[in-house]
Amino acid sequence: MAAADDVPLRPVGGIELELRELGAGRPLLFLHPETGLHGHGPVLDLLAGHRRVLVPSHPGFGRSSLPDWVDEVDDVVYAYLDLLDELDLTDVALVGCSLGGWIACELALRSPRIGALALVGSLGIRVGGPEDRDIHDVFASSPAELARLAFHDEAEGARFFDYPSRTDEELAITARDQEAAVLYGWEPYFCDPKLRRRLRRVAAPTLVLWGASDGIASPDYGRALAAAIPGARFELVERAGHFPQLERPDAVATAVLSFLEA
Amino acid sequence: MQAWHFSETAYPYLPDESTYESVRVTLPNGLIDPAKAADLWHRYLDEWAYADELGLGIMLNEHHSTATCMDPCAPLIAAVLARETRRSDILLLGNPIANRRDPVRVAEEMALVDLLSRGRLICGLVRGVPYEISATNSMPLRMSERFWEAHDLILKAWTTHDGPFSWQGRYFEHRQVNIWPRPYTQPHPRVWITSLTPSSVARVADHGYTVATFLVGRDGARRVFDAYRARRTELGLPTDDGQLAYAALVYVGDTDEEGLAGAQKLMWYIRANKVPPQFNNPPGYSPAAARVAAWRGQLPASAFAHRTFEELIENGVVFAGNPDTVTAALRRFYGDVGGFGHLMIMGQAGHLEHDETIKSMRLYAEEVHPRLQDLVPAVA
Repeated sequence: MAAADDVPLRPVGGIELELRELGAGRPLLFLHPETGLHGHGPVLDLLAGHRRVLVPSHPGFGRSSLPDWVDEVDDVVYAYLDLLDELDLTDVALVGCSLGGWIACELALRSPRIGALALVGSLGIRVGGPEDRDIHDVFASSPAELARLAFHDEAEGARFFDYPSRTDEELAITARDQEAAVLYGWEPYFCDPKLRRRLRRVAAPTLVLWGASDGIASPDYGRALAAAIPGARFELVERAGHFPQLERPDAVATAVLSFLEA
Repeated sequence: MQAWHFSETAYPYLPDESTYESVRVTLPNGLIDPAKAADLWHRYLDEWAYADELGLGIMLNEHHSTATCMDPCAPLIAAVLARETRRSDILLLGNPIANRRDPVRVAEEMALVDLLSRGRLICGLVRGVPYEISATNSMPLRMSERFWEAHDLILKAWTTHDGPFSWQGRYFEHRQVNIWPRPYTQPHPRVWITSLTPSSVARVADHGYTVATFLVGRDGARRVFDAYRARRTELGLPTDDGQLAYAALVYVGDTDEEGLAGAQKLMWYIRANKVPPQFNNPPGYSPAAARVAAWRGQLPASAFAHRTFEELIENGVVFAGNPDTVTAALRRFYGDVGGFGHLMIMGQAGHLEHDETIKSMRLYAEEVHPRLQDLVPAVA
């Protein structure tokens, strides 16, 4: 993955968007989770072996700007609608992880440029009743708790959430990433309660991938998501938690690419 | 110098700290014995009534989901005190308006308490500490923006008397604002705002509100007060000591020994505050650089909880001793910070019992307060 300093900022809809581009071929737009792009090098490189992979940092994440009018997922969605129009991309494969999956769903509902949708541990819908925690409260969790719940391999989780081990430059980005995650996910908590009903309108072929050990949003949540999208396929990724693309980059890249080739 | 009696109205009967992760947000309220809580509450109200008799001001606050403060609704208690007391001003410090969903309701509550007390209310507006975020489900981002929009709406609600106005702001919408009753005080109740760092002081100074700072010690208080005075000078306006307030732990005994022993009990306020990082340091509450520093294990300059009792006394976070000692320490502090007009006395905390609490209150009022009268501000 290109070093952060080499990534140009692209003005899109009033936002200075950090946009990485890797590989060549048919376009794939990769939308990162609420933890930002930290740790995503391996999966992106694998995807870039077969596709032209576009990787924006959502507004407020990474080095993307955060204008003060940006305060909800819709603002991100409209920026990406602009981006797809400006690049005049068609038949785009959309891969969204967690928060990025929610954004991908909203985008798939609005853009005819999306050819296929792959959702990995995607948030965005409301499934349970008032007392059900569909999605674990990550904002009220210690790093140790997140390591246990978000990863199949707790030791790998502990390394991921060991913030002091990151460089100063990475930590400055982490702090921005967490703030942006709060902005988009605070309330309603990482969802649009109306999204589930609306997903019946998704026309693109859809794959829903879920970590079998996901303790942030359970596989049943993933099954409910898949059930809301016409014809969507649901697949478990074994030995993975909420971020299968980090824990099992090979398995995720293989599943996504074979789905796209099918 | 004006003095205020403040208790955070704790429920101190807790199990050993090692048995729980956090005294805030997650500590189950099943730990409360309702009969003991009721006894405590009536006792705390009695102590404020005693402050009224002694001529000390009354100061209260609110917190949520925490054993350190059993008052989740300061306007209710202020209303009780408006009836129970006759003389003293009632300083509610304050309303956490970045966490309140409806600022118009805050304007109504404060107008009513001001009316009930016949103008004795001072309406504090506070941003709220970081651990209030989860307890109130309030977004830790853009709090300052929400705070000031709420402030503008509250002020407009208090001062508009010719029928409804409309408010469609960024954070709050209320298209028919017309509060009944309006405040007793005209044009509006006095306003205080808290600030712990110089960077947030300028806007308080612009309005001329009293800035209140807590437990930041002599250097911290000096920085806050200097920032206030500098901004006022920039505006071509004077600063009165009455615009500067400082909160400290204060215990006055007959002897130094008794004063120090009492203050040690007040230290519960500082020591009984076990809070994990996810509640102490939520994303967006502090600038990103401050969060990075926290991850690196660096303490902010204003941190005091790790300091020794002796250091806290030296720094002016704690004032303790016999009346002569406390008077001398306060006069020194007054000089060191360039003057201030209000001492908010954290005079009750944790296991400091009723008799111990009112003894210090009486000694302060009778033996210390009169000897600081040359420092009384022109503006109350």
